[in-house]
Amino acid sequence: MRIGIDIGSTTIKCVVLDDAGNLIHKSYERHFAMIKEKTREVIKGLIDKFNITEPVVCAVSGSAGMGLAERAGVPFVQEVYATKVAISHRLPDTDVVIELGGEDAKILFLKGNLEVRMNGTCAGGTGAFADQMASLMQIETSEMNELAKNYEKIYSIASRCGVFAKTDIQPLLNQGARKEDISASIFYAIVNQTITGLAQGHPIEGNVVYLGGPLTFLSELRRAFDKTLKCEGVCPEDSLVFVALGAAYYAEEKVDLAKAYEIIGEKTDFGAESSLSPLFKSKEEYNEFIERHSANSVPRKEGIEYVGDAYLGIDSGSTTLKVVLTDKDGAIIFSKYQSNQGKPIDVVRETLLEMYEKYPNIKIVSSAVTGYGEDMMRSALGIDIGVVETVAHFTAAKYFMPDVEFIIDIGGQDMKCFKIRNGAIDNIFLNEACSSGCGSFLQTFASSLGYPIEEFANLGLFGNNPVDLGSRCTVFMNSSVKQAQKEGVTVENISAGLSISVVKNALYKVIRVHSADELGKKIVVQGGTFLNNAVLRAFEQEIGAHVIRPDIAGMMGAYGAALYANQMKKHSGYSAILSYEELKNFTYSIKSVTCNGCNNKCQLTVNDFGGGRKFIGGNRCEKPVTNKAQDDSLNLYEYKLKKLASLPEGEGTRGVIGLPMGLNMYEMYPFWNTLFRELGFTVKMSGFSNRKLYLNGQGTIPSDTVCFPAKMMHGHIQKLIEMNVDAIFYPCMTYNFNEKKAKNNYNCAVIAGYPEVIEANTLNFGKIKYINDYVGPHNRREFAKRFKKVLEKHFGAFKNGAVKKACKKAYLAYDNYMADINREGLRIVSEARREDKKIIVLAGRPYHADPEINHGIHKLICALGFAVVSEDAVACMVPKFKVNLLSQWTYHQRLFSAAKYVASQNDMYLVHLVSFGCGLDALTTDEVRSLLEYYGNLYTQIKIDEVTNLGAIKIRLRSLIAAIEQQSKEDGNE
Amino acid sequence: MSKNSPYRDRVKFTLKMKKDYTILSPSMAPIHFKILKPILLRQGFKIEIMENDGPEVLQLALKYLHNDMCYPAMLTTGQMLATIMSGKYDPDKVAMVITQSGGGCRDSNYINLMRKAFEKAGYPNVPFISANIWGLELNSGINLSPKSLLMALAGLIYGDMIMIVSNQVRPYEVNKGETDAMIDKWTDALGKGFSNGKGFSTKAIKKNLKSIADDFASIKVEKTPKVKVAVIGELYLKYSAPGNNHLEKFLAEQDCEVYVPSILGFGIYKTNGALEDLRLYGGNKAKKAILEFAMKYMFKMEDILISAIEANPNFVAPERVNDLKKRAEGVIGIGNSMGEGWYLAAEMLEFADNGYENIVIVQPFGCLPCHVAAKGMINKVRRIDPRLNIVDIEYDPGATKVNQENRIKLMLVVAKEKLL
Repeated sequence: MRIGIDIGSTTIKCVVLDDAGNLIHKSYERHFAMIKEKTREVIKGLIDKFNITEPVVCAVSGSAGMGLAERAGVPFVQEVYATKVAISHRLPDTDVVIELGGEDAKILFLKGNLEVRMNGTCAGGTGAFADQMASLMQIETSEMNELAKNYEKIYSIASRCGVFAKTDIQPLLNQGARKEDISASIFYAIVNQTITGLAQGHPIEGNVVYLGGPLTFLSELRRAFDKTLKCEGVCPEDSLVFVALGAAYYAEEKVDLAKAYEIIGEKTDFGAESSLSPLFKSKEEYNEFIERHSANSVPRKEGIEYVGDAYLGIDSGSTTLKVVLTDKDGAIIFSKYQSNQGKPIDVVRETLLEMYEKYPNIKIVSSAVTGYGEDMMRSALGIDIGVVETVAHFTAAKYFMPDVEFIIDIGGQDMKCFKIRNGAIDNIFLNEACSSGCGSFLQTFASSLGYPIEEFANLGLFGNNPVDLGSRCTVFMNSSVKQAQKEGVTVENISAGLSISVVKNALYKVIRVHSADELGKKIVVQGGTFLNNAVLRAFEQEIGAHVIRPDIAGMMGAYGAALYANQMKKHSGYSAILSYEELKNFTYSIKSVTCNGCNNKCQLTVNDFGGGRKFIGGNRCEKPVTNKAQDDSLNLYEYKLKKLASLPEGEGTRGVIGLPMGLNMYEMYPFWNTLFRELGFTVKMSGFSNRKLYLNGQGTIPSDTVCFPAKMMHGHIQKLIEMNVDAIFYPCMTYNFNEKKAKNNYNCAVIAGYPEVIEANTLNFGKIKYINDYVGPHNRREFAKRFKKVLEKHFGAFKNGAVKKACKKAYLAYDNYMADINREGLRIVSEARREDKKIIVLAGRPYHADPEINHGIHKLICALGFAVVSEDAVACMVPKFKVNLLSQWTYHQRLFSAAKYVASQNDMYLVHLVSFGCGLDALTTDEVRSLLEYYGNLYTQIKIDEVTNLGAIKIRLRSLIAAIEQQSKEDGNE
Repeated sequence: MSKNSPYRDRVKFTLKMKKDYTILSPSMAPIHFKILKPILLRQGFKIEIMENDGPEVLQLALKYLHNDMCYPAMLTTGQMLATIMSGKYDPDKVAMVITQSGGGCRDSNYINLMRKAFEKAGYPNVPFISANIWGLELNSGINLSPKSLLMALAGLIYGDMIMIVSNQVRPYEVNKGETDAMIDKWTDALGKGFSNGKGFSTKAIKKNLKSIADDFASIKVEKTPKVKVAVIGELYLKYSAPGNNHLEKFLAEQDCEVYVPSILGFGIYKTNGALEDLRLYGGNKAKKAILEFAMKYMFKMEDILISAIEANPNFVAPERVNDLKKRAEGVIGIGNSMGEGWYLAAEMLEFADNGYENIVIVQPFGCLPCHVAAKGMINKVRRIDPRLNIVDIEYDPGATKVNQENRIKLMLVVAKEKLL
């Protein structure tokens, strides 16, 4: 008899083979993180069932089994290796194994030399991801599978991590996209993540085997893999217990199970060094805390009959819907806090009907809505006013503390913090795509440990040694929690540790404070997450100050909207909101269409509420709404694209050179285009990016954490290969042009070396020549001479004079292009000033002009009534100055110059576009921010990655507008 | 601070400070640092090496540094902050020293970030000394004699020697602890020599290297077959135990022989990089001449070191940088010298030929040059030499040891299979 036990991240699996190798027992169950207890249970079960009294052959595998097995004296086999062993016994012809587990994903390439890929530190696309997405839609994972069978279209969803995907999926849900389509899209997202994250350039072909829970249970996930890989993978019998099987086959040593059972049961000490001080040292402390916070409450008139004027506020959040009805003094008449169940319109309709039924004699004077669903609610229900979230929250906070200095709101999915200076919102921090620590984060952990959230949070209040879990993203935190559990930390201390992590994440990652003094003395905390006393306490402890938490912390947005509705009420005295009867008869329909207005091909969801009231979601510009092309005359980003696209290809005789349009090529294109045309080549570029182009190249990306613009390069190369050019020219450029403002003129390491990455990971160049030599146009004197050698290496002899002349023209073309951009920038600025428009300097890198990389943010900014220029257009107007960094990158120095310039202009604001994963921007952000703030200007940062939804970005920009408006109001009053 | 800009002048380390300031340095390669310390002490610098580790170090870094900064910056800044807050030293009598490569990688800016962090933490007056060879940020108080510089180079070579030979003996020693005792013996002896102004002439170096090789070879060993693992990757993580979660110790516990490449080799690679830029793109002729001179000297030193190892049949010697360069040709351009550049790919191919085909590449999470030199090249070098069994491990304040070790174990189990 041989026994194999696989202790994974979420489940524990066990198999028993008889001496002939037949499977005589198997089990598969969730362990809810009770790893020790469950393992003992399983061992006990085996001992009883097979009446084991002697040592038996046994081995343990699985990520959670590692330390445990060693302690218990049971041989351990690494789980991927166990899979390999099982495969070689059962399915020896297999070429590739794809195994998805609860929190891990693996690919094994078995042909030739064994090669194994596991998900790294930044990874989604696993079983836990699928579960998380299902719970977001409030369905079971199995239902998601059923729904996916009837999909019609696939949306692009980022599957890098749950946080990203949520920002994609939530707006789709709120806009009313079909769950069938979303379900299928989630599966395709997992497939894409597996291919980019794991295969990393290694082709997946031949006999493919699917293993693990998600691939066993979800037929549509398998189908998504089949379709994408163009193969027919098999999911073998016993696919769930393959690792355990492998452990059983691998096992050689006999083990005393009874003894192992005893050892596992023994208590182990968790290293005291990584525990934090408890939230409350005594019951007295706790009582004082509770008493202090109970003072901050709003007068309530709920349940009492009310006749007269009322004000309605709705907060249509990403996962929840909050409704508050107040009287003219702000007392609450009716309130409701609930999940939006992924269908906010239905839920709000029911809630309003309930309100009308309870209070038939109210007269709604004014109504306002805030949150993600703002626009849709306005068109669906006839709400009078739309108010941006930050303003709504500020309005509510002022009710509790008129001179509030700092507001922090931690909700289910997002976190908002803002500073108030002179009665205006001064500085806004929103959580980035990659930062966990919101309410749903605690919720997820609570349910994975089998507790309701309230109970789980309360457990933490009296944990004596909260475990230190760091302040990173959920994926990281998951493994920290796992490790803590394995080391026997109590649920109390884990719960307290998680609450502290939420707070630290907010303070140090989102707001980036260094001491409590920076927040000011008057702090209001709100958002559902702060209703959790452990989080509140942890916050007060971490900043070392008392704060105000309103009793309606979870509904401050709606409450603020109601107060705002009151302040902004129209003279008519009546709200345009649908009446009880109108609501009763209210119906709507949803259609999903592809907009063909431009290259972006946005997936639109069109909600028709009848009576000509429509809401279109998913658009990046106003074209589908207004049916007019957007006016791009004050948009330098659009100008750049037009300019680049207009360069001639030429009709050379020396062959076709293909230039990939990504990274630094965005600015170097006029240079290379001219140079090669002058030398007698035809020049073709790969064009601007789109989603499809990206997906075409994703199979060759070797690093899943490199920035999105670099990843995009793989698609451009594939495009050029499809175009069947004669040669692809993508040179390595360690140096950029020297603009003489920084200490050095480097390109970043990714730009400098990426042509090497392409060369090393692209296997299908075929007959196409790939040229990635190291070139240095920055040395204008010597470039021609040196470049001639490069040319001759690939194309035979060139005349000295011809190369020289071509280089001269190329420099001229580059200089003219840069000068033209600057000129156009100036024109836009002066035109904007003439029209009295504010100007946004959308500061990033030249390649952020790419439509798939910036996701149309520049268009959105224009649609909001600004003029848009890029950083280079204003950077040139600032002479050299000193910064607190060793500034040695050409592109990055432009950011500092632009910030300095913007700071000196009173109608200009800087929005910093940062690519996710850009290491250099970890340096630039703080410097740009400090430059702007030093001169009293606002700093806004937008992180961009694969995420395609603009909802969160819109809120940020509108908050900026609100801040600007308030600021200029202040200026006017002075 | 000037009135119309947020720019701050740095606090300089003056000659006056030299007398009563303690200079604190983050730890990296312990053997090397131990040998180098007496040289600085002899020059009148009170230098101490910070060895602190633990969660507090990271917490301080997370609090005062941008959280997307790379792990080496986090750890060293955290070490510095934890030390100055510990009360062990008078904060007004402490200076910090940190390297500054001046290359296109973020590490050139560690020093500036540390200054910002110290300012925010309430220590704006601590001078930060940049250790670099490019003349960035000069300080009047740093006056190393040419003799000291030569000694430092000699110290580096001794450190490399002891590290390389001891790693090849320790796993096989019959009497546990003998190798480490030998390391202590030699670091003490060499340090004492430096204190007395001895041990850095070419002759002395040659003699000492031979004795080191002989001494380590004399340790009684039992050569059982073991999995041989090379640790390469980002410079700091490669050598720093707190940086790589005590990787060498872990591998030793897994019954492996560990190979860590020399610092001298990396230094030559880096200098070559600066020279290569001039060769590729043209530029300052004087700079080129100086670099060529430096290279010549370093090549000489390299030859002394490697010949000493080669002369002893008990040890596997590293390849010379010029041979590695040949290995890189056709794999990755020699012009790629940001961070680990072409050197990493060449090392992998070298190790496959020298019996260390199992490789752990250590890199900070989000390290820009590693996207190219490490992750970008793994597929290619494996195509060239399928014997290579590589795992790349990312380090970051949130990465857990369990995850890292699980991945390393997978690499080891494949290695062990081949061993049988």
